[in-house]
This record gives sequence, structure tokens and C-alpha cells, in this order.
Amino acid sequence: MISQQSKYFMFVRVLLRNKTRSFLTSLGIIIGIASVIMIVSVGAGAQSLIANQIKGMGSNLIGILPGASEEGGPPASAMGVSITTLTYNDALELKRQLPEVKAVAAYVRGVGTITYQNKSIDSTFMGVSDRYIEVEDTSVEFGSFFTKEELHARVVVLGSEAREDLFGDLDPINKRIKINKESFRVVGVMEERGSAGFENQDGHVFVPLETTQDNLLGVNHIGFMRLSLVEGTDSAFAIQEIRRVLRDQHDIENIEQEDFTVQSVDNALEALGSITDALNYFLAAVAAISLIVGSIGIMNIMLVAVTERTREIGLRKAVGAKASDISRQFLIETLVLSSFGGVIGIIIGISISWAVSLVARYLGYDWDFVVSIFSVVLSISFTLLVGLAAGWYPAKKAAALNPVEALTYE
Amino acid sequence: MIEVKNLYKEFTNDDVVTKVLHELSFDIKEGEFISIMGPSGSGKSTLMHILGFLDTLTKGQYKFRGQDVSNLDDDKLAELRNKSIGFVFQNFNLLPKTSVWDNVHLPLLYSTTKKSASIVDQVIESVGLTHRKDYLSNQLSGGEKQRVAIARALVNSPDIVFADEPTGNLDSKSGLQVMSILQELNKNGKTVILVTHETSTAQHAKRIIKLKDGKLISDDSDFKQIIAKSLNNLK
Repeated sequence: MISQQSKYFMFVRVLLRNKTRSFLTSLGIIIGIASVIMIVSVGAGAQSLIANQIKGMGSNLIGILPGASEEGGPPASAMGVSITTLTYNDALELKRQLPEVKAVAAYVRGVGTITYQNKSIDSTFMGVSDRYIEVEDTSVEFGSFFTKEELHARVVVLGSEAREDLFGDLDPINKRIKINKESFRVVGVMEERGSAGFENQDGHVFVPLETTQDNLLGVNHIGFMRLSLVEGTDSAFAIQEIRRVLRDQHDIENIEQEDFTVQSVDNALEALGSITDALNYFLAAVAAISLIVGSIGIMNIMLVAVTERTREIGLRKAVGAKASDISRQFLIETLVLSSFGGVIGIIIGISISWAVSLVARYLGYDWDFVVSIFSVVLSISFTLLVGLAAGWYPAKKAAALNPVEALTYE
Repeated sequence: MIEVKNLYKEFTNDDVVTKVLHELSFDIKEGEFISIMGPSGSGKSTLMHILGFLDTLTKGQYKFRGQDVSNLDDDKLAELRNKSIGFVFQNFNLLPKTSVWDNVHLPLLYSTTKKSASIVDQVIESVGLTHRKDYLSNQLSGGEKQRVAIARALVNSPDIVFADEPTGNLDSKSGLQVMSILQELNKNGKTVILVTHETSTAQHAKRIIKLKDGKLISDDSDFKQIIAKSLNNLK
């Protein structure tokens, strides 16, 4: 018996008559779909990388920056403007007054030349208080970190990379280095952390806070502070309490006049997520334009095919094909072309995304391989839509051919 | 089987009207082998297209198996072509890069009544091409191509086979082979209508309709009557 299947298989065979052309025609769709899938997936991977890094800093971590937050954006201090409203005393008061605060660390940052014998590097020196290690959830690899009593001492702890740059394989403990010509004794080396957040702290050197303020920078304020909360604390409530204490400290009555900004990691993640989301959608939309170009390519080729196959259409009509048979044939051919392109595109897109995630992991990044079902479903529906849209006009044109004219077409 | 009365056909191209067929009337009975003859431009191809439901007439009446088919819509005409007509064209019109079997099978794709695919093998055998069944159309000689076209015309067991200059693109040997297949078909009861401008080809038929400038100038049955009359006159 003649089944409908053989009829549809016939349409595929028509496309196989011209394999090179069929493939080239689908190429636009293949590239389009592959880039959409890839961009969405790599975007999600990059997002996961950043999110993982921020989470790595500790999810119950609160950051306090000097200067008021402007319209939810980052405070001016984050843009590099120096604001002097925050002091180490604020940090100590927070710890003293709030039972929710587990540990607090104050930071002040400077840049300078660090020298050991004839080797020198330009690096960031970070003036930190003694609880830095606890707040950042890190530890020293050699020696020890400075204590509360040593906040005025001329000692320094090296980041793992700074140690390598200055000392190579030598043991740095109790050696003397110079920071901007001031002499310091090395008491410890930090463990390697990798790049956490947006900066690489392995290249830094860590100096006691008050030494940094008095001897290196000549300031009284701190750059920012971080504090960790006691497990199970509601961070929204903690933020309210922190703001209350700081307002008290700064003699501020009105919430609008706050001269500091309190942010939790969750806040930062959310803000970051919305930015990267917008970026991803934008890139995916750009990639989708290539899909439209691809579909125009398909339509163009199908129109050429209608002209080229005019006699074939005439013959099919002569042996009994109705207009609807002809238009269905061209529509199905276009759909097969575009869905072939779609499937290949999805496979290529996923493969490339997977390869990117492999490379990223090989390079030591905490990169998730994410293929969003949404982007796959979207791509499939889009290719079907493209097939219908690109096939409709050529199919209509083919179906409308007069059989006698088509048969005698030269 | 075919009754044509006052068939009139004109074409309109860019508001210019061309009269192609004038007031043709004739009948064709089942089992006949007819040649429609005439020089190019005489309207013989147009007449074949109308009789084969590829085109419609402008005025007049066309009855096919007693049914008036003058004013059918495109889909009905397509159905009639599929069911009742087999075409053999001068330039074969086989699907390119497609096997002999698939080419012959083509009309069955559009058939509303389901038929066994074994009929395809039967008609391929009947034109002596079983050994070429899986060859692609472009691997065949001209004569073989035309035999495939005949097999395709037969696969739906049509009432009439139309052959439009079937030997026009063939050497004389293959041409004769094709003509003998058509004669064989007619012997087995199939109605065959041959369209040609070559007298030698036309003479394979039992009856010849001659057209000139869209008018019927002779029908061999009329011709016989003329001879009969002139014989009477001689008496």
C-alpha cells in the first residue's frame, strides 16, 4: 500500500538530490541557532562563575562602604572617590553593640612599591584589622597573622603571589621588606585564594590597620569594612540594626542623610544578576538577527527552486497533483531544511558551550555548564516559524503555476 | 468516451486576444487510436491540453464519459488527470536524479484511491525496463526515458493515454520501439491519442484528425465518406 510516509519521504529525497545546496541553505539557520544557544549558555556559565565567586566570599557577609548609596547604585566610594566618614571605631562599636555580628574587619587600601633586597614589585598593600582572616574565611599558610595587639606593629603578611614574586623559593618569615621605604618584618604568608570577587588578593600584602593609617597613608578613616553575621541571623534585620548603630555613631537622625552604605552579598548578587541577564538577552537578540538573515536565505533559495523546478511542478500537476499538494511539498521541504539547520545548530551550540565550560574549568574557574531548556525550546519553535514564514511565499508561488505553462517552461 | 461540441479557445496576453481553436466538434470512442495532426501553431497541443484536463476551454462543451467537464475547478481537473489520463511528453519530463521506480510511482503519490505498489513493477515490466528499475533517470538513453514515461502514464490505469510528439526527441529506431508499445497498448483496448506533426508517425493511428489554424480540416472518417461519395458519383 502507498502510505503517506512515502509521500513525505519523497520530499526529503528531493532535498537529497542537491545535498550541497541543501546544506548551504541550512547553514544560516545552523549558525544562527548555534550562536543563540551558545550565547545563552556561555552567558549563564559566566553568571554562575561570578555568582559562585561572590558566594565563595560567604553568604552571611555584609559590606559597609562610606558614602550614601545613590538611587540604589554603588556609593561614590566604590567609584574610587575617597570618602572619610567611616572609622575603625565604627567597626568596633558594631561588634560591641550587636550580638548578631560575629566578626568585623576594617580595610584601608594603598598602592606602593614593595622591595626585598634588589627585587621590587608594585602592588596593593591592604591595611586590615586582626579579624580579617575570620571574616574572609581564609588562613595563613606559613607563620601567623597579626593579632589585635599588633595593630600598631611594623609587621606584614604576604599574599601567596606576592611572596613568590619577592622571595621565590626562599623562606620569607622574619625577613625584612620595605613598603614605600618603610621597613616591615614578614610574619606570615596567606594561603592561595584564587581570584575572589573581582580582585586577586593573592598579589596583595597585608599590613596592620593602624600601622597603615599612621605610617603609610597618614589617614584616620577606613576604606570599607566587612562583617560576618552569626549563623542563622536574618540579614535584612541585621542590616537595619547596623544602620541604626552607625547613625547613632555619626549623630545622624534622618535615614536619608546616612553617610554610609550597607550591602549584603545577596543584594550584590541580585544587582549583578539583573545586569548580566540584560546583557545575555541583548546578545541573544543580536544572534537572533542572524536567524532572520538565515531565513531570508532559505526563502531566497526556495524561490530559485520554484523557478528551477517549474517543469517538475508542471509534471506533478499533469499526473494529478493539486495546488495544495504542491504548496505542501514546498512548505515541507522548507520545514525540513530549517529544522535540519535547527537540530544541527542546537548540537553545535551545545557542543561549543560544553567545550567552553571544559576550558574554563581546566583554567581553574568555578564554571557551571548550563544549557537552558528555554533557549532550546525557543530555538526549535523559531526554526519551525522560520520554515513556515520562508516557505509560505515560494509554496504559494509554486502552487499557483499554470500546469500547461509550467510544462512548456524553458 | 469524448464528445466535443463547438469547442472554442482563446488566450489573452496583455489584453491581446489570440484565437487558438475554432468551433471544434468531434467524438472519440473507447479503444480508438487517433492522431491529432497539424503544423506547429495549428492548436493541436492546446487541444490535447484541454482534452487531457490540463487546460480549460473558453466556450463550447466537453463531455467525458457522459459527464460535462467544461467548467470543473482546478482540484476536480487534477483528480481527473490523476485517475483517467496518462501523459507522454516529447521531452520525457522525468524527475531528475530520481530512480526509474520512483518516477513511475509518482502519480500514485497523488492518487486518492490506494493502490498496491506492485503495479509499479508490473508497468515497468510491460515496457521492458525491469533491469533498469533502480537506475536514475539521468542514466538512461532517450528511448529508455520515453519508455519510463509511458510506464508512468500507465501506472494509474488511465482511460486515455496522450502522447505529445513522443518520438520527437528520439532516433528512428527508439521512435519505432515507442510507437509499437503504444500500438500494443491500443491492441489491448487502451484509448491512445497521439499528437504529432509528422505524417509517418501519425500513420500508426487508425484515425487522423487534422488541424490547421485552429480549425478542423479533416477527420479520416469524414475522409472515407468523401471517398465513398466520390465513388458513388463515379457510378
